[in-house]
Amino acid sequence: MNSATVILLTGVMCAAACSMLGTFLVLRRMAMMADAISHAILPGLVFGYWLSNSSNLITGAIGATLAALLTVSLVEALSRTRRADAGAAMGIIFPAMFALGVVLVSRFFANVHLDADAILMGNIEFSVFDRLFIGEQDYGPLSLWIMGTLLAINSIFLLLFYKELKLSTFDPALAAALGFSPVVIQYALMTVVSVTTVGAFTAVGAILVIALIIVPAATAYLLTDSLPKMTVLSVVIGAGSAALGYGFARWQDLSVSGSMAAATGVLFLLALLLSPSQGAITRLRRRERNARRFAVDLLVVHLLTHEATDAEATESTIGHVNAALRWSPEDARATIRRARDQGLIEQYAEHLALTPRGYQVAQDLAQARG
Amino acid sequence: MTGAAILHDLIFDYTLRNVALGSALLGIVSGILGAFAVLRRQGLLGDTLSHAALPGICLAFLLTGARAPLPLLIGAGIAGWIGTLLLLNTVRETKLSEDTMLGVVLSTFYGLGIVLLTYIQRRNDASQAGLDKFLFGQAAALVRSNVETFAVLGGMALLAVVLLYKEFKLLSFDPEFAASIGFPTRGLNVALTSLLVVAVMIGLQTVGVVLMAAMVIGPGTAARQWTDRLSVMLLLSALIGAAAGVTGAVLSVQDAALPTGPMIILSLTAMVIFSILFAPRHGLLPEWRQRRRQRRELVAPPLPGESLRMTGGRP
Repeated sequence: MNSATVILLTGVMCAAACSMLGTFLVLRRMAMMADAISHAILPGLVFGYWLSNSSNLITGAIGATLAALLTVSLVEALSRTRRADAGAAMGIIFPAMFALGVVLVSRFFANVHLDADAILMGNIEFSVFDRLFIGEQDYGPLSLWIMGTLLAINSIFLLLFYKELKLSTFDPALAAALGFSPVVIQYALMTVVSVTTVGAFTAVGAILVIALIIVPAATAYLLTDSLPKMTVLSVVIGAGSAALGYGFARWQDLSVSGSMAAATGVLFLLALLLSPSQGAITRLRRRERNARRFAVDLLVVHLLTHEATDAEATESTIGHVNAALRWSPEDARATIRRARDQGLIEQYAEHLALTPRGYQVAQDLAQARG
Repeated sequence: MTGAAILHDLIFDYTLRNVALGSALLGIVSGILGAFAVLRRQGLLGDTLSHAALPGICLAFLLTGARAPLPLLIGAGIAGWIGTLLLLNTVRETKLSEDTMLGVVLSTFYGLGIVLLTYIQRRNDASQAGLDKFLFGQAAALVRSNVETFAVLGGMALLAVVLLYKEFKLLSFDPEFAASIGFPTRGLNVALTSLLVVAVMIGLQTVGVVLMAAMVIGPGTAARQWTDRLSVMLLLSALIGAAAGVTGAVLSVQDAALPTGPMIILSLTAMVIFSILFAPRHGLLPEWRQRRRQRRELVAPPLPGESLRMTGGRP
């Protein structure tokens, strides 16, 4: 396997493993927990390295996972005291953990290789060089084994506990009444998120982990309301962003993990603009359509009000409609044309009159609005 | 080192004085603006703003080629501000929740920033050194001109808080009522968040991107435990932020291996924990005491005879 394939596969598998969990974090409004966890693992990582006296991956990963779980429990405990809400609790706990990690590094491990840049940005570019050795046998790139394991763990977790996750996400009270504790499910989910963060961040860094967990799921949520569709879409979008980001980074020789994160942002922005139900363009067009329809309604009701009155001759001319309804000449012309096209009014030179159908529509409107 | 020696150094040692002053200014500005974030339950807004600032710093550097802090800080401010508007608008217009959008803006803006950073590094520009210092802050390297910039930026932000105090107060406690009596709540919301961007601009250079979250939310959370009055809370919050800044600076001077930014945050965390545990009335310890007293009173109710005596013999 050449190096490009290894990096691309690492990124795509990592993205799939992360974005699969994102669905539930986004729906449970716990997206920022991924942020807290990814920063708070630093002291655990340092402690793990210290125990093994080297940058041993296994003790480091165990320490980091324990630190992540400690963070989750501390945040829960602090927000349960009601002295700080969940957001504030996270905002206090994870910087403290991170600060502790930085102090530990600079105080005791100035010579151990623990590059802070690598923690925040990752070095997926080097994933080719670490290989899995069992005995003397070379089993290929380590990063692929790690990402493959994460992908397997997360898929099995979601398949086994899909029903429980779904119920405790949408109706925690019912879940508790039916006998599976939302707290246990919460901690199970948080454990899986922690393990994923730890496994993924050695390859792609703390920030990309957050992007891959949250952004594809948020994008998918803009596009669908169905949980299974959202989960699948999230994985597809995550993997797609990883591939896109990798392509761009290789083309322009830029940070791979950074451009993968930026690619998730580009896809999110597209969904934000174009989503059929939530997109900005859709909303804008809906608003315009409503405004146009309202203008036509206003016109026919105005004509109805003055029909067969003494003032009709003056009130129902184009010029007067403009003044009474405070329309610009262009708006008025467009609205009159629209009403005529819909067969609601007729125009005799400057004079406007309702057709029988327009009369009916106007009367219905006038009645509906009192 | 004795207290007198520390005090002497704080006043006469050029480096320590600037580091302590800069950190204290950061503590005051982020303490006051963060207090509003605490009340409005926007605990992680500071975190997102500080991450979102990175692409702005890089773009400002690319455009001006300057290493002077002010253009970079303005770039940071603009990027943070764009992130804020995207966040507020998306939360208002779509079904995405605030915490999801915090994560989206944080991670995508930061990713873009990393991409730009590698682009700058690739150009082999010798003067780029120092840009990545924003990631972790460089409180120990603060000089007089930094402190002056902080004072001007922070002073403007605090002046705005004084001028809009009544509006911000109402917005924090009862936004619906504020809207109903005709306050432009959307504009005020943007204004308050933009002021927080100023605090983040100061914080980036001092404690860095990651630790800024605590600098915003910590002082306000600690101050909230001691009082129920907004004005007192703001002053206390500023005081706690400043105290954390000075303590961190002094601690890190004792030992070259202790980095300043993290020491500021650890001092602040200690103050928050102390406040949550021991503050009178709101603290956990007074609450436990009171609950224990109530439980004792509950398990030893007055004897029937005693209660009869209390009612004057009537059952």
